[in-house]
Amino acid sequence: MNYNWNWGIFFQLSPDGTYTYLQLLLFGAGWTLATALLAWAIALTVGAIVGVIRTSPNPWLVRLGNAYVELFRNIPLLVQMFLWYFVLPELVPSTIGDWLKQSTNASFYNAVICLGLYTSARVAEQVKAGILSLRSGQRMAGLAMGLTLPQTYRYVLLPMAFRIILPPLTSEFLNIIKNSSVALTIGLIELTAAARSMAEFSFQVFEAFTGATLIYIIINIVVVNGMRWVERRVAVPGFISMGQPAAAH
Amino acid sequence: MFSNFDWNVILRSLPYLFFDGMRFTIMLTLMATAGGIVIGTLLAMARLSNIPGVSQVSGAYVNLIRSMPLVLVIFWFYFLVPYIGQWITGASRPIQVGAFLSALVTFTLFEAAYFCEIMRAGIQSIPRGQVQAAEALGMSYWTSMREIILPQAFRNMLPILLTQTIILFQDTSLVYVISVTDFLGAASKIAQRDGRLVEMYLFAAAVYFVISLAASYSVRRLQNRIAIIR
Repeated sequence: MNYNWNWGIFFQLSPDGTYTYLQLLLFGAGWTLATALLAWAIALTVGAIVGVIRTSPNPWLVRLGNAYVELFRNIPLLVQMFLWYFVLPELVPSTIGDWLKQSTNASFYNAVICLGLYTSARVAEQVKAGILSLRSGQRMAGLAMGLTLPQTYRYVLLPMAFRIILPPLTSEFLNIIKNSSVALTIGLIELTAAARSMAEFSFQVFEAFTGATLIYIIINIVVVNGMRWVERRVAVPGFISMGQPAAAH
Repeated sequence: MFSNFDWNVILRSLPYLFFDGMRFTIMLTLMATAGGIVIGTLLAMARLSNIPGVSQVSGAYVNLIRSMPLVLVIFWFYFLVPYIGQWITGASRPIQVGAFLSALVTFTLFEAAYFCEIMRAGIQSIPRGQVQAAEALGMSYWTSMREIILPQAFRNMLPILLTQTIILFQDTSLVYVISVTDFLGAASKIAQRDGRLVEMYLFAAAVYFVISLAASYSVRRLQNRIAIIR
């Protein structure tokens, strides 16, 4: 392979004259993590609500929840990014549209909302599966104790359901970190975009991508181990065999 | 809000969108699925192998690919495939590779890692007694795999393999980042040429939605039918 390797490139100054290429990659990683974490907050909140209404006794609420999930799961993430970034500002009244287009960090906020809602449909699917995996006696017992339906969810069903679905939620969180790279198409300089611009400026293509790959692997390892710790922390002794991963699908 | 919605731009570009764009997307999806399942099955067999080193190498590949975002993998292969071509053909310089071949190699090798995990679960779902029975009958490893294990593993995992194919169909839109004209690429080109972003992106979203929804609905029906037969 006639390619000139130059691993020292990471410590050379980038064309902006202030930061080294390594620092640019780390800024990119920072944007990746910021996007993923904020989007994850949206995904968990909305996903939990939609997952709960899909198991509610009201058939219209169930249908509404199903429609929400199908809508966000059957359109590619990239197309959803474009819809939020290019199409939405044109469909709302022009004063709001201009404000959307001109606000600083517009691509960041767009990416957060888009990723958050996209992932919320997948979280909703897991939350529903978790609630349905509980024996129906739990819901009945909760209601028989005189708890209202929301209280039954809050104090009986959801605490157990979330413990059961922790492993699939971990892989959804890893997915949201990886999916944040799609935001480079709307101009967010996250880790993959930083690696690409480093490749373009320095011509050291493979070093740049190796650097980004290593950072992604490190983030992965940290998240997996962190979630293992959380799983052990919240385990209810003697209830579920927390040592074994729940059936993922 | 929809008062100046231009249906005409969609009508005019239908042949380009479907004969150029959608054909690329569908071809890429089908060929990458076929290649990905073959390589993924081999990877799964390697992961479950007793030969020292083989399962570690396969596992390392699968974990590496699965921890990277698809966009980064597309960039990797976009720059790597010319060098791989040079290495295979023994040419003196990195060879020029067409957009389709580059995308095909990328998606085949990327999906192979995901199909590997599915097929591994499929192989492990076959009771051990069947493997031992095949061995007791004097079948070699490859014969028992071909005649006993893989056909059942494949059938058990068919709904999940098809679901993964639907995900792949949606993911092929990411070839946008290397300026390839797939369905979304075609829609995007017309959107930018005619300044009709709203129409083209909404139409693209609707087409992806209808195809994916119909496909996932069929997979669910297939799943129910298989479940009854078993």
